Amino acid sequence: METTNSKTNRNFMVDFLITGSIDVSTDVILLQMTPVDTGIKLGNLGICPGQFVQVKTPNNATFLRRPISVCFVDEGANQLWLLIRNAGTGSNAIMHAPVGSSLNIILPLGNGFSLEKCGSTPLLIGGGVGVAPLLMLGAWLKHRGVTPTFLIGAKTRDALLLIDTLAQYGETYISTDDASYGDAGLVTQNHILENDFSSIYCCGPLPMMKAVAKIAAEKGIFCEVSLENVMGCGIGACLCCVEKTVDGNLCVCKDGPVFNIKQLLWHN
Amino acid sequence: MAQLGVKIGSLQLSNPVLTASGTFGYGEEFADFIDLNKLGGFIVKGTTLEPRQGNDYPRMVETPSGMLNAVGLQNKGVDYFIENIYPHLTKYSSEIIVNISGSSVDDYAKVAEKLNALPRINAIEVNISCPNVKTGGMAFGTTTSGAAAVTKAVRNAFDKTLIVKLSPNVTDITEIARAVESEGADAVSLINTLMGMAIDVEHQRPYLSTYTGGLSGAAVRPVAVRMVWQVHKAVKIPVIGLGGIMSGRDALEFILAGATAIEVGTANFINPKVTIEIVDFIDDYCRRHGVNDINQLVGII
Repeated sequence: METTNSKTNRNFMVDFLITGSIDVSTDVILLQMTPVDTGIKLGNLGICPGQFVQVKTPNNATFLRRPISVCFVDEGANQLWLLIRNAGTGSNAIMHAPVGSSLNIILPLGNGFSLEKCGSTPLLIGGGVGVAPLLMLGAWLKHRGVTPTFLIGAKTRDALLLIDTLAQYGETYISTDDASYGDAGLVTQNHILENDFSSIYCCGPLPMMKAVAKIAAEKGIFCEVSLENVMGCGIGACLCCVEKTVDGNLCVCKDGPVFNIKQLLWHN
Repeated sequence: MAQLGVKIGSLQLSNPVLTASGTFGYGEEFADFIDLNKLGGFIVKGTTLEPRQGNDYPRMVETPSGMLNAVGLQNKGVDYFIENIYPHLTKYSSEIIVNISGSSVDDYAKVAEKLNALPRINAIEVNISCPNVKTGGMAFGTTTSGAAAVTKAVRNAFDKTLIVKLSPNVTDITEIARAVESEGADAVSLINTLMGMAIDVEHQRPYLSTYTGGLSGAAVRPVAVRMVWQVHKAVKIPVIGLGGIMSGRDALEFILAGATAIEVGTANFINPKVTIEIVDFIDDYCRRHGVNDINQLVGII
């Protein structure tokens, strides 16, 4: 049975100062932030692509923290990037936290993608705000001498996120539902899928990930997906965010969020 | 530093701060954030005779100042606990209390008997109040006869400190408290979650797979404080207070109402360091109020 790597790095609770807030589409903001304590170097926290953070919402906008994927870590600038879509009260409060304000964050959480299994031609498929972890994953793969291919989907051209940033690390193919950019239709209908790939890493809406997993399973390609079940604690204590797997209920926050599709019961 | 030690049955705690079962995993999930040895003790995840998968996802939804959960006692069973988890926990000096649950009186007794043999387990907390399982659980905790029967069976199987965790989903919690006291419980802890429900109106369906769940968090605190105050006046055994404790201030509210010790639950999800902050707050509170011994504050309201 192929499983993902277990989380090995320890957790930290860190106050971050927001240094940048960039509109990347009508309802998505890229927040850039650096530890308030300048002695904390993000490069020393062992943050891996596919891991996530738990953000305390400003002014207690919500009772619980909100889990957000790590989009990128700029070690040189000691900056953490989070890509945040307005999906409710919590994310709305976080994304509108102004530059100069601070956020309390627990990180790095979850297991992350299994990079060592990527092969020579990995395909990174993202939908909507699901492109977030693919930026860091693509950068890490490129750094290891593997050039990824990106396949990004969105409803329309204006909803495409980080396309130019991703393009620094690999060729980028696009699908839009309304044919306003790239291929028309869903990512699973994109012509690039006719090519051979050594692995697929996917993050996006659940129907998209299930469709991608089906294709990967049919082709027998290594495939990992990143789930976003509703979470309580984020550290494997409350057992609220479980996903049914071949090994029973596993916590998406601790045993995931990244799962090999062979662990999941999606197509049974 | 004030004298913060408290006694629950024969269990001596270095301070009154415990963690609520089901919110603190097996303790080690929090070891990156706090020194577990600074807690009075920690109460580990509800343990049953056989492994349980719990309820289907979705199991949790946030509600105003709280959350509803329907985890349903997912755990790997008491034998797995004894073989694989207990050995990791013995390195801590804090008391380790195991929360137990079952579908029958006999189940409870069997789990208690197995735990009785573990030298570092000096207390168990008997959950007769889980609202999220179909059989057993809260069914035992909502009648005096059911609560008494479980307490009696566990008392016969377990020699050390026996704590019974009470359900707030009853007409008169003091009756249940008196029933378990008369069957030999050394202490009661309260409250478990309040049964609740939330509906996604756009999709016209309940948020939880089980429709109903247990409400916890700050929202339940006034109900919990009231019940601790009532039970403290109704029984002679110590009361352990829990329900929506988010801070040291909240912990003091329970102590003044009659709690000898307190459990911190849902707050651990938001601030994994909150337990230690509460210990520090209580110490500082005693200093500010000229209190030499925390026990002087218990139940003064």
